[in-house]
Amino acid sequence: MLKKTLGLAVIATVAIVGQAAARDQIRIVGSSTVFPFSTTVAETFGNKGNFKTPVVESTGSGGGLKLFCSGIGDAHPDITNASRRIKKSEVSKCAKAGITDITEVKVGFDGIVLANAKTTAPIRLTKKQIFLALAMQVPVNGSLIANPYRTWKDIDPSLPNTKIEVLGPPPTSGTRDAFVELAMEGGAKKFPSLKALRKSDKKAFKVIAHTVREDGAYIEAGENDNLIVQKLVANPNAVGIFGFSFLDQNSDRIQGGIIEGVKPTFENISKGAYGISRSLYFYVKNAHVGKVPGIKEFIAEFTSEDAFGEFGYLTDKGLIPLSKEERTAIRKQATSLTNLKMM
Amino acid sequence: MTDTQELKEKVSWVTDDAMEKLARRHRSERRFKRLGLSAIVIALVMLATLLVSIIGRGYTAFIQTTITLDVTFSEAIIDPKGARDHKTLKAASYRTLIREALRKEFPDVSTRKDLRALFGLISKGAVQEFRDLVISDPDLIGTTSSVELTASDDIDMFSKGYISRNVSEEDRRVKDIEIKWFDQLQSNNAIQTVFNKRFFTGGDSREPEVAGIMGALVGSLYTLLITFIISFPIGLMSAIYLEEFAPKNKITVLIEVNINNLAAVPSIVYGLLGVALFLNVAHMPRSAPLVGGLTLALMTLPTIIIAARASIRAVPDSIRNAALALGASKQQSVFHHVLPLSMPGILTGTIIGLSQALGETAPLLMIGMVAFIVDIPGGVTDPATVLPVQIFLWADSPERAFVEKTSGAIIVLLGFLVFMNAIAVLLRKKFERRW
Repeated sequence: MLKKTLGLAVIATVAIVGQAAARDQIRIVGSSTVFPFSTTVAETFGNKGNFKTPVVESTGSGGGLKLFCSGIGDAHPDITNASRRIKKSEVSKCAKAGITDITEVKVGFDGIVLANAKTTAPIRLTKKQIFLALAMQVPVNGSLIANPYRTWKDIDPSLPNTKIEVLGPPPTSGTRDAFVELAMEGGAKKFPSLKALRKSDKKAFKVIAHTVREDGAYIEAGENDNLIVQKLVANPNAVGIFGFSFLDQNSDRIQGGIIEGVKPTFENISKGAYGISRSLYFYVKNAHVGKVPGIKEFIAEFTSEDAFGEFGYLTDKGLIPLSKEERTAIRKQATSLTNLKMM
Repeated sequence: MTDTQELKEKVSWVTDDAMEKLARRHRSERRFKRLGLSAIVIALVMLATLLVSIIGRGYTAFIQTTITLDVTFSEAIIDPKGARDHKTLKAASYRTLIREALRKEFPDVSTRKDLRALFGLISKGAVQEFRDLVISDPDLIGTTSSVELTASDDIDMFSKGYISRNVSEEDRRVKDIEIKWFDQLQSNNAIQTVFNKRFFTGGDSREPEVAGIMGALVGSLYTLLITFIISFPIGLMSAIYLEEFAPKNKITVLIEVNINNLAAVPSIVYGLLGVALFLNVAHMPRSAPLVGGLTLALMTLPTIIIAARASIRAVPDSIRNAALALGASKQQSVFHHVLPLSMPGILTGTIIGLSQALGETAPLLMIGMVAFIVDIPGGVTDPATVLPVQIFLWADSPERAFVEKTSGAIIVLLGFLVFMNAIAVLLRKKFERRW
């Protein structure tokens, strides 16, 4: 009996695999930051009833591009989302696998906020202070030492006398990459000694600017997690780092910190006034257009005013739209599948 | 005389010293009992805290706020040609109907911004509900009737009390004007809370109010089915062979050590193996329960083999010897006597292994099952996700309403686990035999 079951199982498996036909469903991989937007578009696209709802995987920007660049054919994804621009090394990796035609679509901005509970005063920080609070090594009197600051007040007398306690994303996260690059590196550049180091030895500079302290002041929490919000409410002294959409959804309980004198509001991020924001993209494999049904229509849906426009449904999900001119230009480029040019 | 008496006194066990020792032993025993009891109590308190916090946060996921509106099923909008064919009915703009109904309910709303907010009261998912309603009953066209429509997630959260009226307007997702409309609707008895059927019957969605767990539940079932079909027979055969037939030599010792080692390998490693074997070599489809099940089967195999071997070993040798003495072959003794007697233990081990597989997410990440999938999978090769992945994805979503959905999904997962363990207990009770 058991042998029979086993045999049947093997036969069934082989039969199922054998019949795997051409794919009729778009497959999207990539960034967990773009994931909420990509899935919203996918669902709306599927609801229109002309094509199957695309499958969207949350693999992270790097993981997504790796899958995307692995080849052409049914087994490989058609589109990858990224919360940063594709790197030159990734373009050449793609080219090696025969993927030379890639369409880049910029969809909007995302701000990274430092937030705390509404029950206390909002935090006001400069990038320099962020660097001093969170870096592993900081320059004091011209020499680099292990971060000595325990309270915010230690950094600057104008800051509150509370323990530095920051809940942020783990190193695997794109949000962490962007935060480190935009906020901490931005702060590190303000020190003349580090600025000089940047010129002489860029690698050494990056190690200092990008290494987050590990003595307990920075607590690795989940990435963009509703739990961080709950932790912040429970502990008013703690500060959390996450994407703008979480602040937007929970603005009755938490407030965004003022960075370099600018509040993280929809308008400020959209204008580019807020210092810690990044662009979001997706990349399309042109070779799959026409093979997998609906890719062109999906791009059209994503870049329609209804979706990524100023009042589109993606703004309800926390996407910060591009300017009108940029949107028009991107729509034209995207729908005509203009090949990616790397500067 | 006095000597013996002295001796008697000396050997007596009721000297003060001995009594002291006895009391100390009793004290120590009581202490140990109390420690044991407190360990159990701590465990129970933790379990209760977990359950209370999850159920307290999650039970509201099972109910849903609806808004009842008088909707005119205008023929001019749905089916201007009067053909009533499926395609026209499917493509009609039901959004317009809902908007008209809202406008009729609140005729004094005029600015574009306010209208946008007004239309936002009703969930985007209501359009599909509406479409299904009309397609199932085309006679509605041309009539006016009151329809229960799913409210948007913000209104739902507000109605359930998760959004307070007392914070200032700019910090609130639900604005003053929306509260005014809500109160007006409530005074007209148009706001209702109903059982959230969709949560149990629908697939995933980006709109929390229409997101359902069914897709993940079916995905979990298919995945576990494949896991069971592959791992149970193979695991059982390996255990029987190793325990009953294999010669005891260096090679079998090596195999045994390896199996024990494999049981302790982190699950993500099996995910990598799954990618290499099933996706890259066998070219099976990504995100399919088939691949997930095969990967998890690899992970579950060692658990099943170890459990099965232990329960086969627990069958007394006298039973085997009796069978052999009566002329049964080795195979007959195993299949007629040893296996039935060890079955309860094997099944318990299998179900424990499967419960472990049910809770896995890490290996599934590698093979693409951590994904947003709307359609409920219809087979083992359709893209699917599983319950723990669905919980992870919802916990990761910014919308406030997904908090309760996350807890709701955890309740469903716990229910599934309790169900599986109950089966294990039942099977054990049914087959258990003492000798």
